[in-house]
Amino acid sequence: MAESDQVTLLDLWASPFAMRVKIALAEKGIEFESREDDLSNKSPLLLEMNPVKKQIPVLIHNGKPVCESLIIVQYIDEVWTHKSPLLPRDPCQRAHARFWADYVDKKICSLGRMVWSAQEGAKKELIECFKLLEDELGDKPYFGGESLGFVDVALVPFLTWFSMLEHCGNFSMVEECPTLVAWAHRCMEKESVSKSLPDLDKIFGYFMELRKKHEAKKNA
Amino acid sequence: MAATTTSSDVKLIGGWPSPFVMRPRIALNIKSVGYEFLQEQLGSKSELLLKSNPVHKKIPVLIHGDRPICESLVIVQYIDAVWASGPSILPSDPYDCATARFWAAYIDDKWFPSLSGIAKAQGEEAQKAALDQVVEGLVLLEDAFVKCSKGKAFFGGDTIGYLDIALGCYLGWIRVTENMNNRKLLDEAKTPNLVTWADKFCSDGSVKDVMPETDKLAEFAKVLMAKFRAPPPN
Repeated sequence: MAESDQVTLLDLWASPFAMRVKIALAEKGIEFESREDDLSNKSPLLLEMNPVKKQIPVLIHNGKPVCESLIIVQYIDEVWTHKSPLLPRDPCQRAHARFWADYVDKKICSLGRMVWSAQEGAKKELIECFKLLEDELGDKPYFGGESLGFVDVALVPFLTWFSMLEHCGNFSMVEECPTLVAWAHRCMEKESVSKSLPDLDKIFGYFMELRKKHEAKKNA
Repeated sequence: MAATTTSSDVKLIGGWPSPFVMRPRIALNIKSVGYEFLQEQLGSKSELLLKSNPVHKKIPVLIHGDRPICESLVIVQYIDAVWASGPSILPSDPYDCATARFWAAYIDDKWFPSLSGIAKAQGEEAQKAALDQVVEGLVLLEDAFVKCSKGKAFFGGDTIGYLDIALGCYLGWIRVTENMNNRKLLDEAKTPNLVTWADKFCSDGSVKDVMPETDKLAEFAKVLMAKFRAPPPN
């Protein structure tokens, strides 16, 4: 890694997608500048760096923007190869990791939002998805095997949603998905994860505030 | 280049009309890898498909030896990595790679839903709005083409690459949509580079035999619409 590498992350403290990037950078030991954006008033820098989607996270590496969290994580893995490989070397295992990270994006995010807004049927489907991920994890400590990998990085930020999902869906994660809860706590023992995720009580409070405002707007 | 893998090692479960299935077919052709093409019947899913892709139950699925690989762009990247001695599909530079992946994701997550939205649009105004949206997306891709190709024939440079495959697989369906709606989506005025690129892509050796003929695809579209027409609202 060049001494003069400039790494900036256009960030949002509550975004699980931004957390993915922070975990990846921490795993690689890369120093970066975090700039919080305000999505209700997007900064000129964000609009310049991500004109297509206008969304965080955006990684700016030596002035060049990289967008979309899983694409950024792969970029980080391909640029900084000196430690903590996130994707496996073997092409088949790599394909497997990409498949499951894509599954997290396709299912967990949208179903999680549906549970938050109390949509019928979402909770059952979400729990089924979590159980499928548990099957995939099996008795490995991490999805990546002995160390944190691409799927772990893709999924672990959603730990910040667990309390909210339990509250809004009226169920217990540890009862329904004990293996996944144990995995999440195992990940939190790693500094790269614990320093990249916000305080869990703080984010729970934030979701509840958002929900109150959402309900107030609905009933107005 | 002679095939280095016998076709019994590599199977592809898919269907000739699917743009997603075309992607691994093009990739395998680029690498000169022979394969057995196992075509699914419309409206039913084979036991092999359900066993090989139990999560999504969708085509394409590549079966290499006894290992199934699912999701079209994941398969393309797998093919690129396994048959590494053939022409490269993904750019070697990590930044160019991230750019190609970004636009491929944009095409699948944003642009393709707008294309399939045209058939679902009710009424002339909604249809025109849907068509306009598709063209707006293509204008963005025109701009991406200029930046990625750096003056060469394809997004990938001198030869077909990841992003060419990601977008090019939709060209048959773009033509069907243009004919059905009597409107050009790729046109000389707004997307001149993409018009030239489309011709080169379709006549490339790795694409020619797997790009379905527009007439055949149009017939298939009619069958599809009849079979899966949504029931009337209550």
